[in-house]
Amino acid sequence: MGVLIEAKNLVKSFGGTKAVDGLSLAIAEGEIYGVVGPDGAGKTTTLRLLCGVLEPDHGGGENGASIHICGFDLTRQAELARAQIGYLPQRFSLYEDLTVMENLRFLAEARGLPWRSWGPRCKEILEFVGLDKFTTRLAGHLSGGMKQKLGLAAALVHRPRVLLLDEPTTGVDPVTRQDFWQLILRLVGVIDQEGSGVAVLVSTPYMDEASRCTRVGFMRNGKLLVEGRSADLRGRLAGSILELRGSPLAALRKIATTMEGIEDAQMFGDRIHLHISPKRREEVEARIRGEAARQGAEIADLRPITPLFEDVFISLVEK
Amino acid sequence: MDEEVIIARRLTRRFGEFTAVDHVSFTVHPGEVVGYLGPNGSGKTTTIRMLLGLLIPSEGEAVVLGYNVVRQAEQVRARSGYMSQRFALYHDLTVGENLAFYAGVYGERSKKRIEEVLDQVGLLRLQGERVSDLSTGWRQRLAIGAAIVHRPQLLFLDEPTSGVDPIARREFWDLIYNLVDGGATAMVTTHYMDEAEYCGRVGIMQDGKLLAMDTPSALKAHTLSGVAWDVFVDGSEKGSLGVINRQVEGVAESPRDVAPLLSALDVLGTCSHVLRAGLAGDHLRAITSGDVQADLLLRHLEEAGISNARVEAVEPTLEDVFLALAARKENAK
Repeated sequence: MGVLIEAKNLVKSFGGTKAVDGLSLAIAEGEIYGVVGPDGAGKTTTLRLLCGVLEPDHGGGENGASIHICGFDLTRQAELARAQIGYLPQRFSLYEDLTVMENLRFLAEARGLPWRSWGPRCKEILEFVGLDKFTTRLAGHLSGGMKQKLGLAAALVHRPRVLLLDEPTTGVDPVTRQDFWQLILRLVGVIDQEGSGVAVLVSTPYMDEASRCTRVGFMRNGKLLVEGRSADLRGRLAGSILELRGSPLAALRKIATTMEGIEDAQMFGDRIHLHISPKRREEVEARIRGEAARQGAEIADLRPITPLFEDVFISLVEK
Repeated sequence: MDEEVIIARRLTRRFGEFTAVDHVSFTVHPGEVVGYLGPNGSGKTTTIRMLLGLLIPSEGEAVVLGYNVVRQAEQVRARSGYMSQRFALYHDLTVGENLAFYAGVYGERSKKRIEEVLDQVGLLRLQGERVSDLSTGWRQRLAIGAAIVHRPQLLFLDEPTSGVDPIARREFWDLIYNLVDGGATAMVTTHYMDEAEYCGRVGIMQDGKLLAMDTPSALKAHTLSGVAWDVFVDGSEKGSLGVINRQVEGVAESPRDVAPLLSALDVLGTCSHVLRAGLAGDHLRAITSGDVQADLLLRHLEEAGISNARVEAVEPTLEDVFLALAARKENAK
């Protein structure tokens, strides 16, 4: 029974639009599952459904929607299920006029933590996120990154086994983003005395964040296009992306966009990424070099590179 | 015209005690697509506002398209376009109405020009749609349309494709490259590393300072002066951080089996050649300095008792560059 988040056939419409369209998920202890997709894909709605803030459209029946958190039915055992969930929404509120510790204490008590345990627990969790030296600072005086960490502490204070993070690193600086991810990764690496671990679901519009997750689901227009382990997903495109650098770039770009055998050519500032069929790689490379030489263009570099997650996403959508 | 499009010399802007932009100097050449990368609050927008003559520098100066940004701000603005989908569009007006409005603001009254722009950005058949009914991708097209209606030589693009579908983003960038081929110069501000990869040259901003400015490839080669590595510890790819094998019911994993990666991470942290190491899903990612070979890392891990590691050289990203620069700044303090 390692599956902590189990959702089946989720559908949610707002007016005439299906924000979530038949989504199913199963996330186990120790996993960081990334829901990756552009704005409007349905990520936030999915998270809201999973934490019980919204109800899915269909209920019950064999093909109806169901959500189980740590084995508890979110509709029929709401209290028990919700006690296991820590949720960090995109826009979370902190009381700016209260200190870090006061904020956390308030949220711990609101969560029903008995007065004897909130003290030590708050200290423990603040230490974990690295805010233990700032307990008396007013929340309003925290930097963006520190607010983010306090939000995370608040979501974890009651020791939930499921953590739902809605775009936690959007707009945040790279150092904070890095720190944040290290915390999440450490969190899932820990097993407490009862042998229980945590499952994390993160939503993000950043394709590159897929590599930080243990498993990824690409979402678009309310549906999950594909899911799998990051390495496996990228492996699907192995050998199909070549990077071309040289000058003049405009001439090389022309060669790339008109040459047969190149499925797509994408310019990236000072280089061009070519989508090819892996089987034809040598042939295409030779022809590019030949054509470049004929036109007097110089190739600085032409070699296969690891595909970006963006490439994976696009290839999935265009299938 | 060989003249530089932007020349910024020790541009500085203070707000009371706070220095938002700290002696920033750089040049942008005609036909470039330059990225200005930095987190929110690093001073990017303040820099752009000075370049557009909307804010007077506390120190330093800038010349844009040959005009002094303080004394000839009007001339700068007449020849520059600014795209920001967040602030520029009237949601209750249609695509066509928005464009006509902006054209009017710039004194462009030709209906033909409006049609031309709609065609160029691919919005001809959507011109009667209300902006509130459009998806982010289409709004982005309208925002760029509004920015180019007066044929500016210089385009400022503020976070142009954040949150947008990757396909729409690629199409957008194709459009920008076409505009640049047609003689424009573009400066993109973004906090999103991936976006910066589309730029020919990237400047990295943090806390008001311009830490570096070069092509993405050169930044990676010079700033990192080494390679990025993926470090796998045997068993770490199989489970989730080697934590729990969920197919085996009832088997309790002892804490010692947990997080082989965490111990490897601690070991790498003590290695002086490792600039930075962190967790990345089911493996570690390390940035090293100097002439580090894979064996050095493996030896370090072996000496600490981790003998089942595997090390692979990988492509560094702009985020690695940023973090390396930020770390250097910290160490220099």
